[in-house]
Amino acid sequence: MIDTTFNIGSIRKDFPILNRKVNGKPLVYFDNAATSQTPKQVIDAIVDYYQRYNANIHRGVHTLSQEATDAYEEARGKIQRHFNIAKPHEVIFTSGTTHGINLVANGFSSFIQEGDEILVSAMEHHSNIVPWQMLCERTGAVLKVIPMNLEGELIMDEYHDLLSESTKLVFCNHVSNALGTVNPIDKIIEAAHGVGAAVLIDGAQAAPHIKADMQALNVDFYTVSAHKMCGPTGIGILYGKEEWLQKLPPYQGGGEMIAEVTFEKTTYADLPHKFEAGTPNVCGGIAFGVALDYMNGMGFEAIAAYEQELLDYATEKLLKIEDLKIYGTAKEKTAVISFNIEGVHPYDIGTILDKLGIAVRTGHHCAQPIMDFYQIPGTVRASLSFYNTKEEIDAMVEAVKRAKAMLL
Amino acid sequence: MTIAEIQDEIVDEFSMFDDWMQRYEYMIELGKSLPLINDQYKTDDNLIKGCQSKVWVHAELQDDKLVFTADSDAIITKGIIAILIRAYSNQRPQDIIAANIGFIDEIGLKEHLSPTRANGLVSMIKQLKLYAVAYQTQLN
Repeated sequence: MIDTTFNIGSIRKDFPILNRKVNGKPLVYFDNAATSQTPKQVIDAIVDYYQRYNANIHRGVHTLSQEATDAYEEARGKIQRHFNIAKPHEVIFTSGTTHGINLVANGFSSFIQEGDEILVSAMEHHSNIVPWQMLCERTGAVLKVIPMNLEGELIMDEYHDLLSESTKLVFCNHVSNALGTVNPIDKIIEAAHGVGAAVLIDGAQAAPHIKADMQALNVDFYTVSAHKMCGPTGIGILYGKEEWLQKLPPYQGGGEMIAEVTFEKTTYADLPHKFEAGTPNVCGGIAFGVALDYMNGMGFEAIAAYEQELLDYATEKLLKIEDLKIYGTAKEKTAVISFNIEGVHPYDIGTILDKLGIAVRTGHHCAQPIMDFYQIPGTVRASLSFYNTKEEIDAMVEAVKRAKAMLL
Repeated sequence: MTIAEIQDEIVDEFSMFDDWMQRYEYMIELGKSLPLINDQYKTDDNLIKGCQSKVWVHAELQDDKLVFTADSDAIITKGIIAILIRAYSNQRPQDIIAANIGFIDEIGLKEHLSPTRANGLVSMIKQLKLYAVAYQTQLN
């Protein structure tokens, strides 16, 4: 059932955690880019799984195993439809985005040679930098960086200049976790394909806000984490084009991923099982499917419109505070506001805000190169979600003012 | 004064405050008044790992007592350091090693004691005690 009206009052009732108090104040949860909160529909699905049909999947002949297998595979189907993926076996369940990136980086060791070039954007999360550095160390490939401007947008001209026949891989996030910038991934993918390079897009920060269409994007790999989009932690997916997934060697060996095993030789299972060694996070996969149902019930267009309203409101209010500077002012951005107050350490602001019940993230947000670029130790990051309200933004703005008065 | 006496004094001071706000305001004030570390000691070697803000601590033996100077780029962290230095600086290494840190809890800063908290209070105390152990060995 699709509810086209955005009823914030009833949405908030779906999230039991939003009722709690922190340090005696009503919780204002603005750390959604780190992890989103969980609606009761998803919590109920988790409870239902453990109370009614918890079983190991894909191999049991008994009813519980079959029910769990069906539900897990149904979730794969929901994910496939959500991202408009051509085939269900192009959806690989992972423990999250980092796992997906490592799976690809590890697999590409077989194809990358010394002197090959790998491009990575200047605004990556450490999880989309370190695996590629490790790949370069293993293979002798060279890591090159697509630079960004002061607004926090990638400099596309320089990207085009960096592309060459030596470029084998391009990695970029769809949305920056530290700045909220929405990167022009359609153009990035098209240009990379022009020189024959494969592209992996880290969709962890985009997926809660933007419904990405894998076939329209023509992307080679796209990874997301369920816990950023109302699902539980420890589950995510890697989308890979079938031809790439066929070519990549398995990442982990174990049960489930084999066809036949003798001590002489093992043949691997077909996709997606080749990449799903061991007992998977069955409950997590099912709950991820329910989280997608929940968000699609509201509709991503409605979510985006409401979050844009929150972003504009918060930006305007925060900028009225003297000496407050926002980092990341791209034209296209999600509801993430990274800011500092001149002369005040972000950690100090975060500490006072926590005392006032407001949860924000402070620090380098696992994106130290961005902080080095701006020559700052870190920022305070408020990341908003569709269940947040303007009243909560008012509370944060007042808290920031109070913190500023105390700290300066 | 012994470390225990100073700690009691700090606990007394903090007991005058009714709420967290006053405690933090006082800590911030203490942070602002912290005697700065000499710039030459603000080196990577003196940087304490495990803090979200930068914290430098320098230790130096004067007669049989250990004198700490420190700084941080975050003011609340600086306030916490000021409290620690007041308690532990200018004391004999063996007394620093033996000191009980329960007073942190008593002054309402318990949340800063969590080892997973990114402020590094635990790392700071550990570092002060490590200096004491090192100089104690030297004195022996």
